[in-house]
Amino acid sequence: MIEFLKQPWTWWFSGIVISAIMFILIFFGKSFGFSANLRTICAAGGAGKKVAFFNFDWKKQIWNLVFLVGAIIGGFIAKELLTEETYAVAISENTIEDLAALGFSAPTSVQPGELFDWSALFTLKGFLVLSIGGLLVGFGARYAGGCTSGHAISGISDLQIPSIIAVVGFFIGGLIMTFFLFPLIFG
Amino acid sequence: MKFLKYLIVGIVFGIVMAKSEAISWYRIQEMFRFQAFHMYGIIGTAVTLGVIGVALIKKLKLRDVQGNPIQFYPKNKSIARYLIGGIIFGLGWALSGACPGPMVVNLGYGFLSFGLVFLFAIFGTYLYGAVKDKLPH
Repeated sequence: MIEFLKQPWTWWFSGIVISAIMFILIFFGKSFGFSANLRTICAAGGAGKKVAFFNFDWKKQIWNLVFLVGAIIGGFIAKELLTEETYAVAISENTIEDLAALGFSAPTSVQPGELFDWSALFTLKGFLVLSIGGLLVGFGARYAGGCTSGHAISGISDLQIPSIIAVVGFFIGGLIMTFFLFPLIFG
Repeated sequence: MKFLKYLIVGIVFGIVMAKSEAISWYRIQEMFRFQAFHMYGIIGTAVTLGVIGVALIKKLKLRDVQGNPIQFYPKNKSIARYLIGGIIFGLGWALSGACPGPMVVNLGYGFLSFGLVFLFAIFGTYLYGAVKDKLPH
């Protein structure tokens, strides 16, 4: 059994569990939207004193922060108990070739060491890639009023036009980064 | 104790995101290059079941565990904020290979440099809050 669980899990199982998580939260009287935590953390840190956007009763969002802590623990369990030592993500050959042209070697784990190893983090370029990446995600998620969970999963499940527009935006941004900016950054 | 159930749901979320490789920068690149079905399969399955389930909740007028009617609030109508905000988000998603959920799952998985990504995501949200009144919505 544990050997079976240690293999990568198939996409449809993941999709079923993600929708189940959304429905469980709905039945608890909440909604599935992860990036709300970023705003809650700002508010809990006292940002409401300076910026009105963060002046709200963030304690009502503690359940979502607990969900966030669970997600960290889940990642730890997946790695420590449910993954083989010698495991690499099996991405398509075409992607491996495209990324090789940008200086990335074929996967040897879940993430490219070229971006996420400590040695990369402590270079100016490595630091800028990760910090600007995070900054854009945090700024864009709140500007758009949600991230992948809030818009692409929850919003589209409710057939909301704003969420469809947001997801179109996610893809425009992702394609610009991948096809126009990656060759400039990594080429 | 009332928060324990959210901790458990969060743990399940973290495990499944990690085990289905949705936390991988490589998988996000593969998705934006349209070179595999994997990520589309995950999101497509979740959305298909989501659409059916939400329609059923509305049709059957289901209630939550506290007995309150389940309501779905329509988001404010706008194009600019969703499109521009979405594009900014997408630029960051492709660059860092993670949206906010997978960032913290990666942290638990042992990729501690995602701590920096997540800190800057918090900072980005703060910046938005500080300048939001100057932006088109």
